[in-house]
Amino acid sequence: MQTTAEQIEQDLLRPLFHSSAKYWIAVALATSLLLAGVAAFAYQLYNGIGVWGINSPVFWAFDITNFVFWIGISHAGTLISAILRLTNATWRRPITRCAEAITVFSVLIGAIIPLCHIGRPWLAFWMIPYPNQRHIWPNFRSPLAWDFFAISTYLTGSTTFLYLPTIPDFAAVRDAATGFRKKIYRVLSLGWQGTPRQWQRLETAMHIMAVVIVPVAVSVHTIVSWDFAMTPVPMWHSSIFGPYFVTGAIFSGIAALILAMALLRKLLHLEEYLRPIHFENLGKLLLTMSLLWFYFTFAERLTAWYGNSPPEMAVFWESIRKQFAPLFWTMVVCNFIIPVPILAIKRLRTITGTAIASATVVVGMWLERFLIVVPALEHKFLPYSWGTYRPTWVEDTLMASSFGMMALLYLLFSKFVPMISIWEMKVGLQAHGGVPVVAAADGPVLAE
Amino acid sequence: MKALYGLYVDAASAQRAVDALRVASSELKFDAQQIVIVSGEPHEGYDFTDSQATSSPYRWAVLGAVVGGATGYLLTTLSQKSYPIFTGGMSLTPAWTNGIIIYEMIMLGAILTTLVVLLIGAGLPNFKGVITDPEIGMGKILVGVVDPPENSRVELERRLRLAGAAQVKQSIL
Repeated sequence: MQTTAEQIEQDLLRPLFHSSAKYWIAVALATSLLLAGVAAFAYQLYNGIGVWGINSPVFWAFDITNFVFWIGISHAGTLISAILRLTNATWRRPITRCAEAITVFSVLIGAIIPLCHIGRPWLAFWMIPYPNQRHIWPNFRSPLAWDFFAISTYLTGSTTFLYLPTIPDFAAVRDAATGFRKKIYRVLSLGWQGTPRQWQRLETAMHIMAVVIVPVAVSVHTIVSWDFAMTPVPMWHSSIFGPYFVTGAIFSGIAALILAMALLRKLLHLEEYLRPIHFENLGKLLLTMSLLWFYFTFAERLTAWYGNSPPEMAVFWESIRKQFAPLFWTMVVCNFIIPVPILAIKRLRTITGTAIASATVVVGMWLERFLIVVPALEHKFLPYSWGTYRPTWVEDTLMASSFGMMALLYLLFSKFVPMISIWEMKVGLQAHGGVPVVAAADGPVLAE
Repeated sequence: MKALYGLYVDAASAQRAVDALRVASSELKFDAQQIVIVSGEPHEGYDFTDSQATSSPYRWAVLGAVVGGATGYLLTTLSQKSYPIFTGGMSLTPAWTNGIIIYEMIMLGAILTTLVVLLIGAGLPNFKGVITDPEIGMGKILVGVVDPPENSRVELERRLRLAGAAQVKQSIL
């Protein structure tokens, strides 16, 4: 099959103009989940936050689990994309936009969750620092204030990082579209032409953004970890929480990226672009992160066990042997026992294999977040304050709807924006001497 | 506004066309600034692209970072002094925690400045006089002249073809 600039443009613009029945079924499912969440949230607003299972001492539970989980998932995109851009990894081209979109939407979802938690979201503006008559002012010593700054910066940076390389593709859609759609893309493309000056400025800006966004991404999840580590709660007050959380975030992010790519590949018929080599390379990264995650998990618990401090050991044994043991060992199986053999054996590191491993990792990493939050809060330093937590249907529904929201945003995004960067794929053609290349079954031709 | 342009299948022939138009600009009495080049992807290693290289966006990004950091410093220290709260013995303006806010503001400053510098440098948004052709999406490179002198139109077309244009077209912007 001949791969030309014309064919790339046709293939990658096709999903914007024609969608399969499978696509609309997926949109309907995601919308249903989201609407269930909207209904649950409306019920919560009407009845108050008491409809959640949180209590004293477990003030944080599903909501903060979901918050940390989605902020972690956001590390898929921008961080991976930026690193691959900086290292000039040519196989990145078909996957960067899939990854960057995950970041923007998951940060958005992560940022919405604390708004749900505050119970009266219409008063959220009280958190904004501006002189006021209420004598309320943010405490800049609080990790929650750091979160606000870190997440705002990350969301701004990630959105910019996603939008900038999309401008030339918006122009390509503008040139291919007609009527009202043409007018929309005319605005979105900002009147992009593609002059050498514009290309040069865009590539320079992308390079600067890639340099800046890596430390921002690392700082975001480090600061999320400090929400816990700065608190005198057993098993939280740990100096390795920063890198432990960042590792977990990249781990879950890569898994989410692989799942999204596998889904898009089928729904949008992008088999010629998202090729086995991409899943194999991401599978290797996922394997590395799985080993790193196990190392951190072991080191974190070994230190607690060796210290043998009674408050920490109470949480430790709750997780390992008692109430939370089924969840803990499911987490270990999902994050290590299942993915490592699949990803380590080349024969199993196929698209299906990496997708299965990724699905287990997503489940395992959600459990990891839950196991960091709830057992520790249930067993604080003073035994008389110990308590239990059981999630209610409202929290279950809100959690499920966050997945629905993510799926819906992602699917709708793929309907309005080419999910693979058209111009970057054409640059890949130039790498082959500017002549059309022949796609071979055994090689990463369009992977360039 | 009118444009006369040729479409070229590769960057080498586009470079020949640009060179020919630069020579023609003095002979046929039009400004070299009227030469327009449009492509669907960036091309490296050619004079018509590399001459646009600049290091100023990096300097602006650093300046934006400095401004962002200063804003973060002022936001934290001035507000903590204006709205003092009981700190339990901790400094009123602790460098460790303020440093985190300042760090994020440094990054935000660099990001926003990069975005603004890109938009200004690339002349965006610009909804007037956009010159484009459906063939650009198919991999062709457009090289032409905006508002060419009426009496040299035929000569320009000849030179564009001589440089290897697959097609020569005229458009009204």
